[in-house]
Order: sequence, then structure tokens, then C-alpha cells
Amino acid sequence: MLTLQFIPYSDIESLTLDQKIKKLLGVVKNEKIVVMEGRLKKTEEAELIKATMENISNKFKGIEISVVYPENKTETLGKKLKSGLAELLLGERQGLTVIGPATLIKEIKKNPDKIQLLTAEKKRKRKK
Amino acid sequence: MIDILHKFVAKVFRDIFKKKKHFKLGLYGPPNSGKTTLANRVTEDWLGEKMGSVSKMPHETREIVVKEQINIKSGKKELSFNLIDTPGIATKIDYEDFVKAGMSVKKSKKRAKEATKGVVDAIKWLDDVDVVVIVLDATQDPYSQVNITIIGNMQARDTPVLVVANKVDLKKADIKKVQAAFPQYDVVGISAKYGNNIDEFYEALFAVVG
Repeated sequence: MLTLQFIPYSDIESLTLDQKIKKLLGVVKNEKIVVMEGRLKKTEEAELIKATMENISNKFKGIEISVVYPENKTETLGKKLKSGLAELLLGERQGLTVIGPATLIKEIKKNPDKIQLLTAEKKRKRKK
Repeated sequence: MIDILHKFVAKVFRDIFKKKKHFKLGLYGPPNSGKTTLANRVTEDWLGEKMGSVSKMPHETREIVVKEQINIKSGKKELSFNLIDTPGIATKIDYEDFVKAGMSVKKSKKRAKEATKGVVDAIKWLDDVDVVVIVLDATQDPYSQVNITIIGNMQARDTPVLVVANKVDLKKADIKKVQAAFPQYDVVGISAKYGNNIDEFYEALFAVVG
């Protein structure tokens, strides 16, 4: 079963770095994919990698992380101002961070249909 | 306004840095990008000796290796630094990958354990380096999150960065892609293995250090 867990920014903004990392790694180690609103600071990402390494075992092989973030290289001055204002107001709240267990992502990469299969399976179960 | 302030702080930092006679140069990057091959190239060029062993198998370098007092010269310019070769930074390490590459299970598990410790140490050293050379394999996609994280950490620390697009001797190498991924930095394409463009690398290093 493939499970995505959404974590809103409000759930992590008040947490300390250790708490954030514990929360994110806890979900991923449970074989779930985290979809987090916003993004970590780069220094926090480095700490997440460090903590991931400290948790690696024969069962937990690590993480895959991807940050989806609105592009800064805007062309017009208007767009630049708009994105600058958004950055100022929203800060790290902008974008999405996806973190998944490395073994699960590897399986999905090998067989991209797996997501569709699992989603379909979930839908069928719901209908019952 | 923020941009002006940022540039001012960066300038002050650079001026302080310029007065330093000796600095620590860290080689960072993902596994198998050729950090140790470049380290060997530098130490062979200037000290006449190799720094570490290289292998096609990832995570060959699993400990921080420091080579002290390297002096490089170009005309009247001179740089003196300690070279720090770091283990490749990765977000995942699977001992089974080593087994598939032909290593015994026992050795693979040991290698994986050492590699995880190596990544932790490499990240800890981010605070201790004065200049960073990010070594990327120019045949691979430069937009990986690990690369972005390493460079972002250097940006956050205001550490001068030179990006090296390594393995240009290979047909698949694409320097333009690396330049497009990191337009804010100087990117120099080299082959650390064969020494292609190594003089450009030294020139770029002088330019980054200022």
C-alpha cells in the first residue's frame, strides 16, 4: 500500500529543528511518502541528510527528497516584485517538499505504474 | 535593499578572507563525481604525491582526508591551502548495491556503515571550510536535490564556491547543463582523470579566492 501523508506548514513551523526532522523521518520510516507544504532551509536539509544517515539500517536505506519551488528567474520587473513580495510574506511556506523512503521510490522508478495500480486498488476498496 | 545589504556583507566577508594567508579548501559533491581524482590531480601537480584511492564503486572515500600545506602558483599569484577531500554526500546508502557490484555481504554492510558515517562527517565539515569546490559528474543530471542542498548550504554560509563539471572526456558530458543549473557560480569543465583543462581550473580557483 502506497501512502502519502500531507503535512501542512502550520504543523511544523513552530517545531525545533530536531522535532521537525524526527517528525519527517518518523513518517518516512513508516514507509509513507511525506508531502510537506513549504520547504526546509538548506541548512535544515543538510541536517535531515545527516539524521537520515544516522538512521540507516539493513531495513531503512535512506530517503529521496525533492523540493518543488516556484522559479525565481522571472523575466519582468512586475513578476520579480511579485515573487519578492511572496518570498517576504510567505518565506519557507512557498513550494512543496516531497520526501520518500529510498526503497519505495526505487520500486516506483522501476515500475511507475505502481502508483496507478495502488491508487486504483484503494479506489476499489473504497467502493466496497 | 536586501540585495545591497547582502552584497555588502559578502564584500566584508571577502575582504576579511583575503587577509587570511592560509585557507581550507573543501572538495564536495555526490558520490563518484571524481572528488578524489581531482584531489590526486592537485596533490600530484603540486606535491608530487597522491591523496587517496579511487574506484568505480561509489563511496570509495568514506573518511575525511586532509592534505596540508599545498601551495599553487600562477605567475605572481600564489595560493596556500589545506585540501579537504570529503566522502560523497548522499541521501541513501544501500549495502545491496555493493553486493550487486560483486562485494561480499559482510564487506558491503561494513562499507555501507562507514559510508553513512562519512556523509555525516562531510556535513559536519561544512562549517569548517573557507572555500568549496563542488565536483559534479558532467554526465549526470546536475539538478539533484543533494547538489542543490550542498550549494544552498554554501550560499547560506557565504562561502566562496567554484563548480567543477568533471568527466568532460566522456561523450555524455554536458557542461552547459551544469552552467544552466548553477548560473550564479563559475563553472569550469575538466577531466580530473586525464588533466584536461586543469590549468583553467587553477585559474578559476584563483579568481574565486580573489
